[in-house]
Amino acid sequence: MNYFLTEEQQMIQELAAQVAREKIRPVRAQLDEQEEFPWEIMKILAQADLFGLYIPEAYGGMGGGIFENCLAIEQIAQICIGVATTFAASGLGAYPILLNGTEEQKDRYLPDIASGKRLAAFGLTESGAGSDVAGIKTTAVRDGEHYILNGTKQWITNGGEAEIYSVLALTDRSKGPRGASFFIVEKGDAGFSFGKKEKKLGIRASATRELVFQDCRVPKERLIGREGVGFITAMKTFDKSRPGIAALGVGLCQGALDIAVEYARKREQFGKPIISFQAIQHKLADMAIKTEASRALLYSVARHMDTEPPDSSKLAAMVKVFSGDTAMAVATEAVQVLGGYGYMQDYPLEKMMRDAKILQIYEGTNEIQRNIIGQELNKEYSRLKETFF
Amino acid sequence: MKAVVDIKKCTICGVCEEVCPFTAITVGETAVEISDECTLCGMCVDTCEFGAISLPEVGTGPGADSGAYSGVWVFAEWRGGEVHKVSHELLGAARQLADKRGVELSAVLMGHQLDEAVATDLIVHGADTVYVVDHPQLDRFTNEAYADVLVDLIRKKRPEILLAGATSIGRSFIPRVAASLKTGLTADCTELDISEEGLLLQTRPAFGGNVMATIVCPHGRPQMATVRPKVMKPIKLPERQGRVEAVAIREGIFSNRVEVLEVIPEQDQTAKLTEADIIISGGRGLGKPENFAILEELAQLMKGAVGASRGAVEEGWITPSHQVGQTGRTVAPTLYMAVGLSGAIQHVVGMQGSKIIVAVNKDPHAPIFDVATCGVVADLFEFMPALIRKIKQERE
Amino acid sequence: MHIVVCIKQVPDTKNVRIDPNTHTLVRQGVESIINPFDLFAVEGALKIKDESGAKVTVMTMGPPQAEEALREVLSRGVDEAVLLSDRAFAGSDTWATSVTLSAAVRKLGDVDLIFCGKQAVDGDTAQVGPEVATLLDIPYATFVKKIEKLDDQYLKVTRQTDDGVEVWKLPTPALITVIKEMGEPRLPSLRHKMRAKKSQIPVWGIGELGLDANDVGLCGSFTQVVRVFSPPRRSDQLLITGTVEEQVEQLFSYLKEAKVPGV
Repeated sequence: MNYFLTEEQQMIQELAAQVAREKIRPVRAQLDEQEEFPWEIMKILAQADLFGLYIPEAYGGMGGGIFENCLAIEQIAQICIGVATTFAASGLGAYPILLNGTEEQKDRYLPDIASGKRLAAFGLTESGAGSDVAGIKTTAVRDGEHYILNGTKQWITNGGEAEIYSVLALTDRSKGPRGASFFIVEKGDAGFSFGKKEKKLGIRASATRELVFQDCRVPKERLIGREGVGFITAMKTFDKSRPGIAALGVGLCQGALDIAVEYARKREQFGKPIISFQAIQHKLADMAIKTEASRALLYSVARHMDTEPPDSSKLAAMVKVFSGDTAMAVATEAVQVLGGYGYMQDYPLEKMMRDAKILQIYEGTNEIQRNIIGQELNKEYSRLKETFF
Repeated sequence: MKAVVDIKKCTICGVCEEVCPFTAITVGETAVEISDECTLCGMCVDTCEFGAISLPEVGTGPGADSGAYSGVWVFAEWRGGEVHKVSHELLGAARQLADKRGVELSAVLMGHQLDEAVATDLIVHGADTVYVVDHPQLDRFTNEAYADVLVDLIRKKRPEILLAGATSIGRSFIPRVAASLKTGLTADCTELDISEEGLLLQTRPAFGGNVMATIVCPHGRPQMATVRPKVMKPIKLPERQGRVEAVAIREGIFSNRVEVLEVIPEQDQTAKLTEADIIISGGRGLGKPENFAILEELAQLMKGAVGASRGAVEEGWITPSHQVGQTGRTVAPTLYMAVGLSGAIQHVVGMQGSKIIVAVNKDPHAPIFDVATCGVVADLFEFMPALIRKIKQERE
Repeated sequence: MHIVVCIKQVPDTKNVRIDPNTHTLVRQGVESIINPFDLFAVEGALKIKDESGAKVTVMTMGPPQAEEALREVLSRGVDEAVLLSDRAFAGSDTWATSVTLSAAVRKLGDVDLIFCGKQAVDGDTAQVGPEVATLLDIPYATFVKKIEKLDDQYLKVTRQTDDGVEVWKLPTPALITVIKEMGEPRLPSLRHKMRAKKSQIPVWGIGELGLDANDVGLCGSFTQVVRVFSPPRRSDQLLITGTVEEQVEQLFSYLKEAKVPGV
């Protein structure tokens, strides 16, 4: 389907596809098996100018938006979402700074993130605060010209590898939802260390670690924006980043579909390629429909969000849910199409199926997303004058 | 510039249209038409049984008076105290050319502190005369020193043909010789012959595909060609007599722009390959790097070496030192087994000198079967292990 | 410093199909790619540009569609491109090609280094680099895997030979032909791709290069193809068929009879 891409958007897509096929595909199985962080790939993506697509030109970026970023993420995700998550998560870590940072903070951190010179990460989740974001316990106490951070973040993507961390900490517990703030913590800051690297079901190329703050002192200039806007910044960040996560799902769907169709055309049983059988055709049809629908929703939402609408939470949640659920379904069905071969590591599908599961879990579980959508519907309709029956 | 159709002779049979590798020919009303896609390859000329197509003549070049040039020369490559085997092979081929032409065969030996035995050895291998150029500046190879000396000698003696080995030395400086003399050079010839008109016929693989091309240099002199090692066969006639002439170098010939700082010999990994009597080679048909283990097992059993096609090397399944072919090594073992290897001509020219060629491929149309002495149409994954079992069995 | 890189568009020989009946190339649908060795040359030049800010110009002699190859190279960071194209260039052998390329280098002027790939994968002659250097009367080194700038006037190059490696010192201007070890070609970058799309690429023919039609193309060539043929099939071939067991038996006997060592 024609998405009416501009020349520049086409270039982004072509370049990301080239990197994915030429550089990521040959190593994805090894990265997955060895749980190896894809530093070489990150360097290549940086050299290709793909890291700063969504960052304004004033800060060294390409001045594009979520749409452009999704174009790149989707292409990389078609090959490996472990690598694509690593890439996209740097954007997640950059958004708090981009959305709420001071000019000095933007000047100091965004150019390196845009050029891919330094990776970023987003530190919010804790052992007691997954879906319940308000349950965070990490504190940041003001002490003269510094803040002192204490606490532990859990399951942080790019943890230990990134150099720039946007960390959410409680600055005033008594203020409830207005008591949290974001801080920029850098790898190497005193009192900031990392826990063990997690062993995961999928996206094993992506590094997931604990962030440990033990009397970690950061200069007060590291407070992003001002105190108390942490939760709002986090919500706004998710709105911006969820289409990127959806792009991971769309890419995975396409990658799985491609393999399944090629296999079905080549594999012969009962004297014919199995794609001649209706059962397989129907499976592939459903997979293709879901993939196309997921992509259409993604790019419509991405385009809409780049117009900076006042209200994007519902759409961001929708695109994340749909894409994640679709990816899991398509990947699972793809394995089924390949039958025994789909289960074997000789083919990339079992990895895709393992990888896909996380899309329904991180960045806000799909259950939470549905909560958001339900609540937004309620709010939306409460404002309508029209009645429907 | 394109091929020319003689409309009087053209019968519009259309055979040329079919064979043109560049789809430049279309059948017209009264004759075939040749478009600008024509690259002057000559395929149609060769195919037309009515002789209706011809190629325009190559340029006349800067008035080389071909008649004044006589004799066949071979550049004898001296390295580290001895003459490279390719020079003997070239002399073997050149001897036939010189005899056919009815002219002398000379070898040019350049180096420093050259042993007389080296020169006489060249005579034993077929040379009538050996020109010996001994100078300290020729001790280590540099493009300019070697080329400028050879050019000077050629200008004085005017041979009609010069052959050299396509080694790293030959490929490096011989083009300079050709350009300085303003004459044609054909690289990596697999066959050399003399035409009825007395021209050197230089045959080599062409168009990156499965065709051979024969090339001539009608006007430039000398007609120059390089040949890869192990393609031609040397001759040895211990009773042969000939003459050794020491050549004095004129002053100021060396320009010395280049300085050789270091020469670091490497452990030759491919000695195993080029000296091996048995080579088991694998191509893309192996599917993945691990499958080379099957070939290694057989090679070890038979005390041979493992080779590979460019395709397998490009996939990264095996290191380039194992590559056989036009851009790899040329080999001529007693047994060459091509397993899961299609037999593209660039590979074939690297091994066609082998005594026995066995091809194992499940595609009966694979070009490798054209050159195999023995072809086995089978799935290599079934056949090879079974062959290995049989050989082990017979040993017990 | 000004570096010129010479590239060539060649058919993607991996995908060249052979008509099983005529044993000729099927060129329809075969893509053109940039000669892989030339990409190593581009990478080598860009590495020097990264280190010491040189200007890099890429040029190619070819039909008008060779322009896409130039844009592809511009998208990797090369500064400028020139297309040498003229009907008169058709049928060039390596000499005529070298005449054309060296005329272009002279016209560009002020060139310190010329990079070429070791050989083109369609012709495989490896002659053009050395011939261009000879025509321009500059020193050259072939099969270079590493290059270091010594100072403004000299280069140190490490080259691969049949026996090992050699280290040469060359004054500039000079020409080098490079091999794979020169560097893994970088991918295009978005910024350079955008710039490449907008770049104006001049086209130089015999007029612009000050050449005579007799000096170039087929007219200017010394060598000419007189015959093209498929290699003959061996007539004494033994084709072994049957079950795998039968085939193994037959081959084993064949090898034993032929007294192949190791059987």
